[in-house]
Amino acid sequence: MKRSKIMEFGVGLFMLAGILGLVFLGLRVSGLGNGVGGDTFTLNANFANIGGLKVRSKVTVAGVQVGQVTGIELDPKWYDARVTMAIDSKLEGQLPRDSTAAILTAGLLGEQYVGLSLGGAPDTLKDGDTIRDTQQALVLEELIQQFVSNMVKN
Amino acid sequence: MSDEHARRRGASRRPPVRQVVALGRGTLDMIDALGRAGLFLMLSCLGIPSREGIRLWLRQMHFVGVMSLAIVLVSGLFIGMVLALQGYTILVDFGAEDALGQMVALSLLRELAPVVSALLFAGRAGSALTAEIGLMKATEQLTSMEMIGVDPLRRVIAPRLWAGFVSLPLLTIGFSVVGIWGGYLVGVEWLGVFEGSYWSNMQGSVGFVADIGNGLVKSLVFAMVVTWIAVFQGYDLIPTSEGISRATTRTVVYSSLAILGLDFVLTAMMFGEIG
Repeated sequence: MKRSKIMEFGVGLFMLAGILGLVFLGLRVSGLGNGVGGDTFTLNANFANIGGLKVRSKVTVAGVQVGQVTGIELDPKWYDARVTMAIDSKLEGQLPRDSTAAILTAGLLGEQYVGLSLGGAPDTLKDGDTIRDTQQALVLEELIQQFVSNMVKN
Repeated sequence: MSDEHARRRGASRRPPVRQVVALGRGTLDMIDALGRAGLFLMLSCLGIPSREGIRLWLRQMHFVGVMSLAIVLVSGLFIGMVLALQGYTILVDFGAEDALGQMVALSLLRELAPVVSALLFAGRAGSALTAEIGLMKATEQLTSMEMIGVDPLRRVIAPRLWAGFVSLPLLTIGFSVVGIWGGYLVGVEWLGVFEGSYWSNMQGSVGFVADIGNGLVKSLVFAMVVTWIAVFQGYDLIPTSEGISRATTRTVVYSSLAILGLDFVLTAMMFGEIG
């Protein structure tokens, strides 16, 4: 009886360890907890080129994550990319209307994310608004092409 | 002329006939074994577990799961450490050692943890299951159980099957966690990769459903296949000492081949489409 209790305890610990391991993988490894929890509001931005931006990419203000990309689709009107972002609702009514969105890269080869830079206008962005002033992703090939063609011209 | 032709054809036909017969017999035997194995799996897994059944399952969980923990965790630690070391020496040439965490985590979660844990599990637990059940059969314990009205499929086989199904995914999780920690030890503590980029690159690239979830699906499939093969080989062997040794070998060989083959198929299904 005593032995069987120890065994049952061991199996219980084993199952518990497995579940804790899964929680660790979820939170620490896949960064599930990093997404903005709680209430969010939606902002849109059209980019000429999104480069390697993906759904679930970060949205930051001054390098601090404030939201994530929830949708990317082709806008059939202008043939540019329409990026939908979920932003922490604490910032609703705080971001000036002339804020700009840029697609930035973390490090030389890192992931791409959306960086918001605040403007100075008195009226603010609300749920479902679109950020007008955007800066497309830096595509290395285009950069090199420009560099080469400038070299040839000079 | 045509007589001779016919005679020659008749003479040359005889050996192939025998081979075709052998091929047919082999195929029928194989289908027969598959059918028996399928029926066996169905009969053992069905049926409402009693309180006694849960106790039996717990005992098997202890033997199959808890006792395999040490070998799986130690292997996971070393594999994570080796991955970090190898990855670092390659990535540092491109100045991309920040991507080390991503490389370690993705290779562990998608491939190495499910496959290596399943291989270890087949060697550690699968062979033991086969030998145990085989010996029960050879000493006619299974037949005696039937005679006193206890169904050996439910009493002996079912707890072992369920223990295998549950414990291998748990072991795989443990393998990944320890492996990622091992990668952290070597990459961050020893080789000096920046700790923040180790974790943030990992978090940026690992998807919970796409990588962790698919890895777990893989290990669940492996668990079913390995335990099924092990238990069936034990139940179906020729009850002699030679039969037991043959069946134990077959368990390890078939399980390993099935794991590696299925791994390719599952990977092609899960990660095949680029994007």
